[in-house]
Amino acid sequence: MTVTDEGPRTRQKLISGPGILLVWLYGVMVVGAVSRSAVQISTDFHKAPLAYTLSAIAGVVYGFITYSLVRGGERARRAALVCCAAELAGVLAVGTWTLAEPSAFPDATVWSDFGMGYLFIPVLLPVTAVFWLRRPRSQHGASA
Amino acid sequence: MLVALTIATSVAALALAAWCGFAAYRDQPTKDWHFIGMGVVTLLALVQLIVGIVQLARGEDPAQGTTIFVAYLIGSFACVPGAGFMSLAERTRWGSLTVAAGGVVLAVLEVRLYDIWGG
Repeated sequence: MTVTDEGPRTRQKLISGPGILLVWLYGVMVVGAVSRSAVQISTDFHKAPLAYTLSAIAGVVYGFITYSLVRGGERARRAALVCCAAELAGVLAVGTWTLAEPSAFPDATVWSDFGMGYLFIPVLLPVTAVFWLRRPRSQHGASA
Repeated sequence: MLVALTIATSVAALALAAWCGFAAYRDQPTKDWHFIGMGVVTLLALVQLIVGIVQLARGEDPAQGTTIFVAYLIGSFACVPGAGFMSLAERTRWGSLTVAAGGVVLAVLEVRLYDIWGG
């Protein structure tokens, strides 16, 4: 593994190696969730307010995780880790909720049925991210 | 929408995904040839964007709404170049895998575009 060029910033990188794939998938989810909820909330919010609000929240969480990953550093790693755990809890809760009580959701959210409409990426992504962010990086970037 | 163009773009996107996935499997970063491939796929998506806008301008309506249709057209155009730039920043197999993921995402977007246009 070649040593990545270290700029003036010594912040540990979170997007080297597999991290870049995570950032890409999170980026896709940000665009998906934010644009979807923006359209739905601005056009027919009254149809399924709960579902659309949940999609918007999901979009914000994805946005924050993406930003943390790109920014890097120990604090960002911890913040992203917390958000990924929250995201996983959200996917599981909303996924169960949509299956248990479909009447509460006249329209789908990003997290409906554990993210089936998005190839289950919403449920797979936080698991992968938690695994990736689990341990602190060595300060010198020796481990990659 | 031109169904043939949608199918061509999806197939090209999946081919790109397989190609870059193979590069990742062989532990290789994306190379010039891969970027030419990305260029071809992006060109198809661009043609589709133009065709879509022309058809909207001629007064045809997508079944699920114009806004969503245009959003998906733009998204499918930006998808592969976005992944390509990230693979420039990450010169390992993981950059190749990111482009492969971009190809799969584009194929999914094409299926959605077909639904949005036809109902």
